[in-house]
Formats: sequence, structure tokens, C-alpha cells
Amino acid sequence: MNAIIEARGFGVSYGGSAVLRGVDLAIRRNKITAIIGPAGSGKTTFLRCINRLSDLAPGLGVTGGLSLDGRDVYATETDVADLRRRAGMVFAVPIPLPRSVYENVVFGPKLLGVRSRAKLDEIVERTLRAAVLWEEVKDRLNVSGLKLSGGQQQRLCLARTLALEPQVLLLDEPCSGLDPISTAKIEEAMQDLKSSLTVVLVTNNVKQAARASDRTAFFLMGELVEEGPTADIFTSPRDSRTNDYIVGRFG
Amino acid sequence: MKRHFDEDLAQLKERLLRMGGSVERMIHLSAKDLFARTEADRAELEKLEREVNDLQIVIDDRALKLIALRQPMATDLRFLFMASRISSDLERIADQAINIIETTHHLIAGGPPLVPLVDLPLMAEICQEMLREALDGFVRQDASMARKVLEMDDKVDACKRRIFDEMLAMMESDQKTIRRGLCIVLISRNLERIGDHATNIAEEVIYMVEARDVRHHHGEGAAPGAPAE
Repeated sequence: MNAIIEARGFGVSYGGSAVLRGVDLAIRRNKITAIIGPAGSGKTTFLRCINRLSDLAPGLGVTGGLSLDGRDVYATETDVADLRRRAGMVFAVPIPLPRSVYENVVFGPKLLGVRSRAKLDEIVERTLRAAVLWEEVKDRLNVSGLKLSGGQQQRLCLARTLALEPQVLLLDEPCSGLDPISTAKIEEAMQDLKSSLTVVLVTNNVKQAARASDRTAFFLMGELVEEGPTADIFTSPRDSRTNDYIVGRFG
Repeated sequence: MKRHFDEDLAQLKERLLRMGGSVERMIHLSAKDLFARTEADRAELEKLEREVNDLQIVIDDRALKLIALRQPMATDLRFLFMASRISSDLERIADQAINIIETTHHLIAGGPPLVPLVDLPLMAEICQEMLREALDGFVRQDASMARKVLEMDDKVDACKRRIFDEMLAMMESDQKTIRRGLCIVLISRNLERIGDHATNIAEEVIYMVEARDVRHHHGEGAAPGAPAE
């Protein structure tokens, strides 16, 4: 097994109360791993720890180990900006910058010092294609990102994240506000992307986890109940709590 | 937009066709033995039977998983549901081919041919054509090809009835013919079952293509769907 993210006995608390306990989870390279679980299960907390967005919450306490590509995420020498470049995130609500489509995509690369127009053009086309948005915006790269539809804005945010060439793509409910066609486009984009990066998808949509992921992890009340191939989790889960959640008995 | 799901469906279809090819070959071998009075190539038959059994398990497993994972609708859903049914019919046709070979063995051991076989080769030929047409209908998503199969099944049933009457008369008049006569009746029964399974496959193809359930002559000319509850 080739894991890119490894949690060992990983726990998180806010202000002394535990929200994640003893999580042992290896997320495999070049796979799409879905994290499912009811509200309060800790799935988003886990996702936000991978690139330390969780640092922004006051009173955070972390126990156990969490590594990305063999490097301890919470080590004192970790460069958090670099960590967030390596583990890019797309959120539930698309937040384009109030700039053109083109500028949205090249914002990160420019900050990293890329100046060549040809290189920037190449990044824009490559990432917009990867986000299944290129055909819709190639003739209007100069319009404001805010002028795009919700589904297009979300794919623009995906392209913006991809422009930094992350190793891991963290998706936090990326399709929760999208219509089925935009959702399908994001899911198809994920399938094409996984040859070059690893995707971790937090979703409340159990059906999305089933159709879009290779592996699924089920969290409940701050604990990892089980993780395995999605085909197994959705046809013969080992734990009855997983079964009850995916058939809709609770949550 | 091309879907990754389409690749899964194409792979399942390819497996079903591979299974169909193996089953056609098994019927061909069994008919060859019967009419040429030869011994089957056991190794090849066992390999084919194993392949068919394995494919049935794989196809059912994939269909179940794709239904669970992809929540298919409309044509996709009908395809997956019918893929599992078709694989089950193919597996049972393979079993009938094995039965024919075993009974042929007893027939040959029972002595020289009783009468020149006329209806039995005709039946075997029609059954092979039925399966071929049903599978072609599946490949081309063509319900009209599948409908031809339904018509052919009546001919198979008529052959079987004639064989039964002929053998009964022969066995009643000369008890030395009973063993061989029974073998021929059993083989005609196996062929009739092959025809029934090919008919099932044809009905499954019609349902897949047109969403019309024509089993038991239901739905012919009527609106698609199930009877009112």
C-alpha cells in the first residue's frame, strides 16, 4: 500500500472537548477517498487538519501523528503556506476572487513568482481543461469570475487550486450547492485528476461517495468506524453502524 | 460528455459477450458429438464450463456493485438488471449442453442408431440460431432481432413433441429401444430448455431496449411497464 496521508492515533480537541479520537487512517496515493459520516462525526475537522486550516480555530489541541507524504503535518518546522500549497482545498461555497477568470487561475502561480506569459497561459488552459471548464470560458477569460454560474465558479475554484500543482486535493462538500450536471462535471474531473494527485472528498451525499470514490472512510462521533474499498463499503460493510448510515437509518 | 461509468458498462457487456461465445461453442461441441457419434474433448468442455461459471459470478458481482455505486437510471439500470439475468440464462444453457454430452455418451453405449435423426438436428440448429440472434440483438441493441427468436421457439417446441411421439411409439413396440429412445427424448428436452433460455435472453434484450416486458405475451402491443397492481 502506498499511503500519502497517514494518521496514527490522531486526535483533535477544541477547548478541551474531543472532536476526533484515535484515528488510524492511511489515505492511498492516486486514489479518491471519500469521508462520510453524520454531522458532528469529525470528517471536516479531519480534512482541515491535513492542511492545518484547523489552526484557525481557537483552543485547538492535537494528539497522535498526522503526516503528508512522510512529513509530519504538525511539526514545528512545517512551513504551513507550503503545506497548503501541497494540499489544496476546495470549499462547499465557491469563492472566486473579484477578478477575471484568467487572473483567478494565475493568482497563486504569480505569487510563487511565475512571470512568463506563455507559462501562465499554459497553466490557465491546462487547469481549466482539468476542471472541465475550458470549453465554457475559453472565449471570455477576461470576464469576472463572479459573473460565472455557481457550478462554473466552483470549477474555477478547482482550477485555481490545481494551478498550484498540489499533491493532494481536499474537497469539502464541493458539490453541495450545485445542479446535477455541474456535479457530474466535478466528479468526472476528479476521475481524470487522480492519475496525477490524490483526492480526499468530504461529503454528506452518500450516493456521491458511492459513485465518485475508490475508497470510503466512515466517521461517527469523532471516531473512524471503518475504511475500505468503496465497492465493499457500499455492498457489504463490516460494521452495522456503517450499514445503518449508508442505508439511511440515521444521520 | 463521456462518462467513466460508460467504460464500466462496456466492460460488463464485453464479459457477457465472451460468456455468450463460450456457451455457443459448448452447444456446437455437444451437437457435433451427438450427430457424429464421437466422444467430446473433455478438457476443452471443462475449460469452457469453468469459464462460463466464473463469468457468471463476475458479471453478477459487477452488476450488483455498479447498481450500488452508480445509482443507475433508465437505460443504464435496465442494462445492469438484464446483464445479471442474461448471464444466468447463459449459465443454464451451458449446463444443458453438458447434459446433452452426457446423455449422448449413454446413447452411443446403448447400441447402433435407432432411426436416422431428422428433428433432433433441426432442433439443435434452430436453438443455436436462437442464441446467436438473441446475442446479436443484445450487441446491436436491436429488439427486432430478439423478436425473431420468440417466433423460432414455437418450432423448437413442435420438434420436441414430434420426437416424443415417435420415440414413444418405437419404445412401445420394441423394448430393446427403450434405453436409446429415452436418451433421445432427454436430449430433445435439453434442447427445448436451451430454446427457452434463448427466448428469455431475447425477452431480456427487448426489455433492455424498449422497456417493454413481453414475458408470458404480456405487453405485446400494449404500453410498456408492469401490469397494474
